[in-house]
Amino acid sequence: MTINSGFKVIQSGIFSLIEDAGRFGQHGIGLTTGGPLDREAFRWANRLCGDQQTAAAIEITVGGLVLESTVNTTIAVTGATIPLSINQQSRALWQSHQVKVGDRIELGFASSGSRGYFAVAGGFTINPIFNSAATVPREALGGLHRDGTALQAGDFIPCSESLSAPQQRVPDSHRPDYSSNSTVLRVVLGYQQQAFSHISKQLFFSSEYKVTESSDRMGFRLKGPGIKSTLDGILSEGICLGAIQVPADGQPIVLLNDRQTIGGYPKLGSVLSLDIGKLAQLLPGGILRFEAISIEQAHNLLLLDQQRFADTVLEQVGLDE
Amino acid sequence: MHSLKNISIAGENSLIVYFGDARTQIISESIASEIAATAAQLRTSLGTQLIDLVASYASLLVIYDPFKTDHHAVRAAIRRALADPIDTDVSQSGALVTLPVYYSAESGPDLQTLADNAGLSIEEVISIHQQSEYRVYAIGFAPGFAYLGELDPRIAAPRLATPRQKVPRGAVAIADRQTAVYPAESPGGWNLIGLCPALMFDPSAEPSMPVQVGDRVRFNAIDRETYLGMGGLL
Repeated sequence: MTINSGFKVIQSGIFSLIEDAGRFGQHGIGLTTGGPLDREAFRWANRLCGDQQTAAAIEITVGGLVLESTVNTTIAVTGATIPLSINQQSRALWQSHQVKVGDRIELGFASSGSRGYFAVAGGFTINPIFNSAATVPREALGGLHRDGTALQAGDFIPCSESLSAPQQRVPDSHRPDYSSNSTVLRVVLGYQQQAFSHISKQLFFSSEYKVTESSDRMGFRLKGPGIKSTLDGILSEGICLGAIQVPADGQPIVLLNDRQTIGGYPKLGSVLSLDIGKLAQLLPGGILRFEAISIEQAHNLLLLDQQRFADTVLEQVGLDE
Repeated sequence: MHSLKNISIAGENSLIVYFGDARTQIISESIASEIAATAAQLRTSLGTQLIDLVASYASLLVIYDPFKTDHHAVRAAIRRALADPIDTDVSQSGALVTLPVYYSAESGPDLQTLADNAGLSIEEVISIHQQSEYRVYAIGFAPGFAYLGELDPRIAAPRLATPRQKVPRGAVAIADRQTAVYPAESPGGWNLIGLCPALMFDPSAEPSMPVQVGDRVRFNAIDRETYLGMGGLL
């Protein structure tokens, strides 16, 4: 690897962040996990570029990223439907592509979904902080400059050269469809769920909620029928990924990757991690429903998902495609 | 002495242990040290099955790897940890850390108002703040933000009606019966009474924080010159 190999950021797009799988084991000093909001799309992008499930990639919110390659390597873009071109030639998403020195890679703006993932063979070479490259702007930690800043025009993101590899794509049956801007989130009941009345829970699980504008990597604020617990507040306690927090106004907030590690609002339970990506792909106005599952079902779903991912064979792509 | 405990599901790979009566939600030093002891035991007994722990006032969130274990096995490990007797000398558990503070109207813009509302002099507020030994009950809100309690009720004060856009790094602050040192410049609604020159969060240091949950903290007044000499900024 030479120090000059990598990608120049020509345009940063709306909001593009370096993310690896996340920063774990640091809650004791108040650090959140960060990492890709849509873990599913992230790991497919990495899988297309090699056997690398957790390598540092770019999370592109909505689009607009333009890069110039100074390296010969393999790339892939998955997630939201964002037009991708290499040297002004349109290229498929969910598929690996060879790029060479001097190539210009342009991403347009999402027509469905909201987060895309740009991975490269071997991952981007990022100096980790607290063992992770994940960018958490709120904590001013991680990313290319280790200070939590999003990518900016003029940045240079290093990565290794890589030998040309056969083009592969994710089978259609494994590609999610974000076009309806609606989804169902599975929920494991927990935390203070007993402080919510039976009627409140029925209302929650039988109603539609809308994604509001106040939704970001910390959490998605929803709007719909208000639900009430018998608690005004609780002593601050640890918050896990996907926790559904219900403040006094009764409007639920689903806490995501950049959530605070502790908080004092009552919580109903947590959204299954496999569904967090589907939520994160929704745009403001997106519609969602909740469905309760048991902890055993959640556990089985996680194991099945892992097995399904491992068993999936990527399709080989002919050169003319 | 053991408090009541209750283990609840938090999420697909997390259990939360509540210490004490969940309805009354008492903050106590004995509960804090029980939580710290339980956390230490689980770190050892769960090993790589453990992803992380979040200790707070009266609870411990246990996040595990669902591909290596399940909630039944983790519950069993928690029960074993809870059954083990802990050191009963609570007052001596955790490390004792002393933090220097430059208390003044210049470094603590809310000192005068807080003193007036409490019917005390500024000197009395400063003296009372230094008299107590505080326990680190939780770390969160921002990297390195340690919630210290419990504050002497004579100098307790509600959060500001309008939070400040910018609180400087090192600001020593009071909210209700808690006190804290802001680890970085940030917005904040706590009452500011002084500045601490020690870094509460330094990513390049090992450890990156001078305290952890369960430790004890004392504050020690320093003058302006000492504060500046220790690298403090005004």
